[in-house]
Amino acid sequence: MVGEGLIQGLVETARNFFGSYVDKERLTTVQFPEERLPLPEASRVFPILLFDGGDPEAGLRCVACQICEKECPPRCIHIEKSKDKKPDFVGKQQFYPAVFDIDVSVCMSCQICVEVCPFDAIRMDKEFELSTSDRFGGLLWTKEQLAKPNDYYKKIHPEESAETDERRVKELADARAKAAAAAAKAKAASAAPGSAAGNGTEAVKEPEQKVTPQ
Amino acid sequence: MRDALADLAVYEPEEGEIMEVSMGPHHPSTHGVFRMDVKLEGERVVRLKPVFGYLHRNHEKIAEHGAYLSAIPYTDRLDYLCSMTNNWGYVLAVEKLAGIAVPERAEYIRVIVAELTRFQNHAGLVGFLLQDMGASGTPLMYAFREREKVLDLFESLSGARMMCNYMRFGGLRVDATASWLAEVRQLVGRLPRFVDEFENLLRVNEILMARTQGVGVLPRELAINAGVTGPMLRASGVNYDVRKVDHYGVYDRFHFRVPLGEHGDVYDRYMMRILEMRETVKILEQAVRDIPAGPIIDPKVRLRGLRPKAGEAYGRIESPKGELGFFLISDGTGNPYRYRVRPPSMINLTILEDMCLGENIADTVIILGSVDIVLGEVDR
Amino acid sequence: MALPSPEQIKTQIEAGVPGAAVTVIANGSPSAQRSLLLDHAHARSVAEFLRDHAEWRLDYCSLMTGVDWLDAETSQKVKVKKVVQAADGSESEQEVEEVRKTKTPGYLEAVYHLFSMEKKHGPVVLRMRTTDRGDGARLPSLTPVWRSAEFQEREAFDLYGIVFEGHPDLRRILMWDGFVDYPMRKDYVPPVDEVPVVVPQRPGSAGTPSEVHR
Repeated sequence: MVGEGLIQGLVETARNFFGSYVDKERLTTVQFPEERLPLPEASRVFPILLFDGGDPEAGLRCVACQICEKECPPRCIHIEKSKDKKPDFVGKQQFYPAVFDIDVSVCMSCQICVEVCPFDAIRMDKEFELSTSDRFGGLLWTKEQLAKPNDYYKKIHPEESAETDERRVKELADARAKAAAAAAKAKAASAAPGSAAGNGTEAVKEPEQKVTPQ
Repeated sequence: MRDALADLAVYEPEEGEIMEVSMGPHHPSTHGVFRMDVKLEGERVVRLKPVFGYLHRNHEKIAEHGAYLSAIPYTDRLDYLCSMTNNWGYVLAVEKLAGIAVPERAEYIRVIVAELTRFQNHAGLVGFLLQDMGASGTPLMYAFREREKVLDLFESLSGARMMCNYMRFGGLRVDATASWLAEVRQLVGRLPRFVDEFENLLRVNEILMARTQGVGVLPRELAINAGVTGPMLRASGVNYDVRKVDHYGVYDRFHFRVPLGEHGDVYDRYMMRILEMRETVKILEQAVRDIPAGPIIDPKVRLRGLRPKAGEAYGRIESPKGELGFFLISDGTGNPYRYRVRPPSMINLTILEDMCLGENIADTVIILGSVDIVLGEVDR
Repeated sequence: MALPSPEQIKTQIEAGVPGAAVTVIANGSPSAQRSLLLDHAHARSVAEFLRDHAEWRLDYCSLMTGVDWLDAETSQKVKVKKVVQAADGSESEQEVEEVRKTKTPGYLEAVYHLFSMEKKHGPVVLRMRTTDRGDGARLPSLTPVWRSAEFQEREAFDLYGIVFEGHPDLRRILMWDGFVDYPMRKDYVPPVDEVPVVVPQRPGSAGTPSEVHR
């Protein structure tokens, strides 16, 4: 019968229309500015630089190794290495970025900088409402704008940050143990032979930069 | 004002007069910035030349300037609806070039994400095709509702909905968690119902059949000679699917059939997408059932600073649009000497004129719609 | 049925197409897919021979691409015996190291990957080389044999400047008609963007405005 196909189609539309009142599967829209869908853990927008502690200048994890600058596919990262050094979280003297700029108008959110960073210094933000009226300065983010505390990272990527923090705590413990062993050895060597070198650990200086992963 | 309008008499072309129409680049039916230079005799198409390149950014040159790793996010932007299959095509070529093996679990996850991509691409394409025919809104929105669920899965797996940047040579970037796989299982369980509804919506619709059957016929021999691939080729009755021919990845472990058309018209190409969606669901069911545990990437692979031996390799996969190939020549340095994409969308356009000649101008829109092009891949 | 080795294909081509000169080109990568270099005069008939071969039926040309090989200069150190005149005037034969430079002129290459849809095998890789990168960048078109090469040969003409003789419609395809250069060639220099770029004043940064963002 002519028209049967039309009716069959209309039955489907009716099923979907009335179904949308009872079935969440059939009505998936949300009213955006008021209602928001939660972003998944892995969600990524633009990079941020992490720092430990409260001071973004002293605690910045980046050591200006410039790997991300080289690996960035659209070359949107610009780093200038510092002349002097500052201690990192295990107390080792490292360079730091005098300039660290990301041109987010060029960045394509591919996360390769995060993958290649050996210092857990760069991570992806989830903030996506980033409109600006200044398309040159407003989209060129400096070190100061990029720096975010570790607590912020913990908030946006809870699982990922737990894993990172666990590794960093271990690294710190290893570094301390190594320093302790080295100090003990040095003390044993300098002290007269035969004297006890049991309290060598006291000589180890606490790293200036404290990492506080909870 | 009234007098001025009266002067604008309706233009009546003479018998046999040829009219030139430039459809595009900003025509709503051209799926992007694509232009068709059409010559018409009345309503009938007597010549049609596709014009493109408006989105050309020299993707190949960009990839030749960067390292092997940095080309992966750029492949996302080729066929921007199917970033997962684009990733796979490229990493497959690099794996062939450098002789890298892939762990089994990674192969299974690749199959899962590629088939999800195929599903959402076909659903979207059918929606757009029906939209082009005048079924405005409804089928497209149903398709996009399902596509949204697939994109949500991609986002929770890779971090991005469309620009996934998920695969790496030798494996994958991140592992799929158990909860993610459970979500996939749940979605796959619901998909057959959607395909049934989607098929019932318009498959036997008289208007759709009158509009599409016998329109834009692509003969079998021409399709083979012109290198047409994917659902378009199979709609013309050629049994050629790279998944079945090359058995790349672990596709030889799954039972699925390759649907074939008989007439090679727009209706067959429309049905081909629906039938492939069913087969895709079958593959997904088997893949999520059989996925083994294990590593997802070969730990010895150097992602950064990969330097394959001098030589060349051609890797190809069955992307939703057709055969997507990547041809790489290495000269032993850290970036490819030659990087070439075989874009199925562009090569499927070769026979656009042959299909449209003699058809009505309104039918060129649905013929183009049934080719399934994405301009990011056509123009590269 | 699997395809025979490139050497066997070469023997059959030379038997089937009289006068055709085919060279097997090695491939150092693990894929080990060797290719066949064709001469210009017989390329078309070789292509037809491969397409219509009863056992191979290479009816499908999957990929056609251009490749640019620049002029190469390889230097080799060779030890040569030479008569050397010493300071006191006496002549003696000595072994002297000499650097010999061999110049290989550059050429453009067209690569075709053939498969068979009927027999489901492949690939057979064909290559053709131009005599030079200037006026001699001409090759016979294989579009009359496989129409799938139509757009791809146009692309190779557009981006590499290889003129395909016998192509039905050789125009630029991706670049616009008035464009003069060939962007995919290795020595292509992109035109400098002449629009002046306003480098923004970045607040709170010690560094100079970077060149990277231009």
